[in-house]
Amino acid sequence: MDKFRVIEVKRSVFEDNDADAEKLREELKNEGTFLLNLMSSPGAGKTTTLKRTIAMLKDEMKIGVMEADIDSDVDAKAIIETGVRAIQIHTGGMCHLDADMTRQGLREFGTKDLDFVVLENVGNLVCPAEFDTGAIKNAMILSVPEGDDKPLKYPLMFSICSAVLINKCDTLSVFDDFDCKAVEERIRKLNPDCKIFFGSAKTGEGFEAWADWIRAEVKAFQNK
Amino acid sequence: MHELGVVFYVIKDVNKIAQENQIKKVHSVTLEIGEVSTVIPALLEDCWKWAIKREPVMEAAKLLVETIPAITYCEDCGEKYSTVQYAKICPRCNSERTYLLQGNEFNIKEIMVEDE
Repeated sequence: MDKFRVIEVKRSVFEDNDADAEKLREELKNEGTFLLNLMSSPGAGKTTTLKRTIAMLKDEMKIGVMEADIDSDVDAKAIIETGVRAIQIHTGGMCHLDADMTRQGLREFGTKDLDFVVLENVGNLVCPAEFDTGAIKNAMILSVPEGDDKPLKYPLMFSICSAVLINKCDTLSVFDDFDCKAVEERIRKLNPDCKIFFGSAKTGEGFEAWADWIRAEVKAFQNK
Repeated sequence: MHELGVVFYVIKDVNKIAQENQIKKVHSVTLEIGEVSTVIPALLEDCWKWAIKREPVMEAAKLLVETIPAITYCEDCGEKYSTVQYAKICPRCNSERTYLLQGNEFNIKEIMVEDE
């Protein structure tokens, strides 16, 4: 005769991911590799931003890029053309990367000789915010055409980022209802310490401050 | 989309628990899901049915979901109110200094196993 019994578990499904993320951060610390988890909506300009950032920083530090997409390798190819190392990982339909996937990707990539690695997360403002990837810092890009209401609609994403880059500011004359002051206030309300940069990856305006932030973060991390 | 990912986490955890307790067959898995956890139970169940087909230990296991209500606390007036109904702004004093007390959980509460 079959007998049933109940086993009490009472644990969060995300416990494992949080533990994996801490483990990865520990490994990165030992290597001196600063991992930045870069997030945004699709089309906000992650790859263009990276290309410009790499051009500004590649003579000062060794850079690598890990591209995460559901499919295709167009982003990794674009990055390799800038002369730094890049790896493309596919999430196999998943809407985000978790810490274990990030760690596997990084180990295959080999990050020991790198100072600064960018994880270009799947374009999505919802799920990537919920999973700790094990990155040292999170940053996101919000582009002007998306609208200044995004911090109201996706509060978690804006809460977990140390820096927000408002991109495509060269289009402000066209999208003239985008209120820069309002977006800044909305972000500050969720996340008072967040660094906010206004710029354009296309024209390069405002990128010196963004690059300076990365320089300072990498330096502070490596000197710890 | 998100649901499939969390189903894989649940399966991984249940497999681990089954292994630790030498369980061959899981009859049901009970989850506790917060109202504002962003996971939709109906979609979760569809993903579950699809994903467990390749998991011998739980290939016929039922997924049971218990909902945890979302409650927000107001730091200014001490009110506790329904997050789903009023979101971030306190309905009593209009303060925005509020935080979520509960409701974003995604826990495995228990599993029912079958002993031979």
